Amino acid sequence: MLRPANIDELCAIFANGGPLRLRGGGSKDAIGAETDAIVVDMRGFAGVVDYDPPELVLTVRAGTPLAEVQALVAAEGQMLAFDPFDHAALLGGTPGQATIGGVIAAGVAGPARLSRGAARDHLLGFTAVSGRGERFVAGAKVVKNVTGYDLPKLITGSWGRLAAITELTLKVLPAPQTQRTLVARGLDPAAAVAAMARAMGSAAEVSAAAHLPAWQGGPVTALRLDGFPHSVEARTGTLRQLIGGLEILDDGARLWDAVRHAAPLPAAKPLWRVIIPATRAPALVAALPEADWLFDWAGGLVWLATDADPQVLRTMTAAAGGHALLVRADAALRAAVPALHPQPAPLAALEERVRRAFDPAGVFETGRF
Amino acid sequence: MSICMPEPDAGVLARRAAIVAAMRAIVPGEGVIDDPDGLRPYESDALTAYRQPPMVVVLPETTTQVAAVLAWCHANRVKVVPRGAGTSLSGGALPLADGVLLGMARFNRVLDIDYAERVAVVQPGVTNLAITRAVEDAGFYYAPDPSSQIACTIGGNVAENSGGVHCLKYGLTTNNVLGVELVTIEGEVLRLGGRGLEPQGLDLLGLVVGSEGLLGVVTEVTVRILPRPETARALLIGFTSVEGAGKCVADVIAAGIIPAGMEMMDKAAVHAAEAFVQVGYPLDVEALLIVELDGPAAECSHLLGEVEGIARANGAVSLRTSIDDAERAAFWAGRKAAFPAAGRISPDYYCMDGTIPRRRLPDVLRRMRALSEQYGLGVINVFHAGDGNLHPLILYDANQPGQLEKAEAFGADILKLCVEVGGVLTGEHGVGVEKRDLMPVMFTPVDLAHQQRVKCAFDSELLLNPGKMFPELHRCAELGRMHVHKGELPFPELPRF
Repeated sequence: MLRPANIDELCAIFANGGPLRLRGGGSKDAIGAETDAIVVDMRGFAGVVDYDPPELVLTVRAGTPLAEVQALVAAEGQMLAFDPFDHAALLGGTPGQATIGGVIAAGVAGPARLSRGAARDHLLGFTAVSGRGERFVAGAKVVKNVTGYDLPKLITGSWGRLAAITELTLKVLPAPQTQRTLVARGLDPAAAVAAMARAMGSAAEVSAAAHLPAWQGGPVTALRLDGFPHSVEARTGTLRQLIGGLEILDDGARLWDAVRHAAPLPAAKPLWRVIIPATRAPALVAALPEADWLFDWAGGLVWLATDADPQVLRTMTAAAGGHALLVRADAALRAAVPALHPQPAPLAALEERVRRAFDPAGVFETGRF
Repeated sequence: MSICMPEPDAGVLARRAAIVAAMRAIVPGEGVIDDPDGLRPYESDALTAYRQPPMVVVLPETTTQVAAVLAWCHANRVKVVPRGAGTSLSGGALPLADGVLLGMARFNRVLDIDYAERVAVVQPGVTNLAITRAVEDAGFYYAPDPSSQIACTIGGNVAENSGGVHCLKYGLTTNNVLGVELVTIEGEVLRLGGRGLEPQGLDLLGLVVGSEGLLGVVTEVTVRILPRPETARALLIGFTSVEGAGKCVADVIAAGIIPAGMEMMDKAAVHAAEAFVQVGYPLDVEALLIVELDGPAAECSHLLGEVEGIARANGAVSLRTSIDDAERAAFWAGRKAAFPAAGRISPDYYCMDGTIPRRRLPDVLRRMRALSEQYGLGVINVFHAGDGNLHPLILYDANQPGQLEKAEAFGADILKLCVEVGGVLTGEHGVGVEKRDLMPVMFTPVDLAHQQRVKCAFDSELLLNPGKMFPELHRCAELGRMHVHKGELPFPELPRF
């Protein structure tokens, strides 16, 4: 393992060639195939560079622990609105190791992503060293900017295959004063997705919507309201007019933690994260009767624990306009099945050209994906 | 015009008749325009200081035709400039003398509206406002609202990553687009994203939005639509100092409030707007704020009280709250008429678009006034205060020799100032030709080379909208080898335009 302390050392490492595997705290090590690539530990790049809460902008070095960043903004009544989380709860390992750079590189976002946008929507700018061994910057440190290509979008979720992010600037937002979770019980998957669509299409400004087929003894459809107390109260009324039988759940935070980490699903089966148009989610789970699952993002995210043939699963998902990330599986399955959903040939070729633009010699091509 | 475009290729110009004939074979009827009178309406976009009739205008109607036009141009090394409604303020659709202008106006159909998924699928020539019109009866709208929304097309919005007054709360185009169909310069039809919340693989969709027509031609767009907020109310707040107004904006956000819109006008802008539309703006203030809050009625009335308290604490000297939608519209009328109001007090005006950290506003306005005196040209300021996006309007008279050049130099100094204080060259209008030569103020040659190699991954012959965004036209093979030493560029002999 290499642990560069500064950008010059990082440039020198890349200039020596690969394959190199970029790593923050290692919380997502168990995603993708195992490789013998040399690990480059990015935690030498740590610390807050600039944080001015009323500007809604935070600049931080990439190896800073996520927990530290979240505590920093929480102390100012703000939040990382895309609801990032630590994969230790999903994949095992010591909690608290996940870094903000790893969160961005993997595009991690939790239940609130439904209403507040993904990691890519909150990364404003970054400094990085590309596979060419050159430091470059993209984006900026202000909340509104269209100068040049939007490379912050491209680098988010690129899994360390374009460049090593050393510093990043995030948009932060005020944290809500209150949260309330309302639940409807006993809905089947189709009725649950329809109810969530009604809620999302209303003026109630639902921040998160999930359906768990077995929670506290039966199916639960959960809707979360965030905001000022008056407003949450008024919107509770709006939702109750729309959906019958809604009750207030006392331990809402526990439910959303479970959804965020797919906690109710059995660890023994491979775990998939399926992004799909929400209205197609009920048919997908109906076609997989042995699977355990839950819906987040009003049905737009299906967490799926299943022994189904990966090829069959991916074909079904793609036919419904979706794609599937293999999140948790044993080493043999991860060696045989790519974690990222394979692209159609013309797109795969374009992606390859874009990767070569940043990494001509393939120093980041470790075989992990 | 003081900006240079790539030298027209004499070989291409000599083949003009054959090129026109090839285009007619692909797009029959009136979809190909090559007579001088017909070309004239296309010679500029909304940045009218720069004009150039194209070699030929092609107006395809189907994705198949777009793919065939691009494939032919690629095979025959002919440049292509895509165009929506031509409302760009940065010259993004400025034609080339030796290029095909590909107008997408005929792609004007709404293809599908899916309320359960809360998406609309539209062709790129549909106007921004037409999307809202198509879904408003069901209580929905499309959030990004650039001021040209009656005319500008969603395809152009995708190319420029357009914003609007509501983007602090609701985001720019990129945050509201879920998928596109994109035709590459080779004529290949790709789908990036779709109706799901996240695209698969690398976020090429995020890269294409805001790429100013340099990476491909969009032939279909899937956008997110939102339920219309229950109510919207606005406050009109006057301050005797820019500092007071700026502090009020910061305190509103520090109180955990993200208004739907938060606009500031300086004294000159207030006077120009009031003289034009007479909506009752206070004239004895140095800065005027419009703060709009939307959401449930209970939330709006609660937050109105909060904002009012913050405004008074920061020395507000006048304060009005809209009682109905008509009054709210009146508050906005002056702000939305700021550009024509500038046109009324000055023969010409030049609209700038930098973003700054908000805390630097008083300092930036002070230095802008000094520049105004130095250049002898007036400037009025409207400002998306919530997100720090400035729109100084430089007043000049193009009929006075030298004034256009002065206005351009003044504008460039303003944008350099924005970058110097930690901001950017453009918040929502795009780089285009206008800010192209200023890119090195914000980016090093290494930074720019990393962006240009992305261009090469999509368009290795540099045929799509060349001369926009990048100050130098490096051939892709050279970029691949390029290593920059201590900020000095290799290939100093390359043409720089």
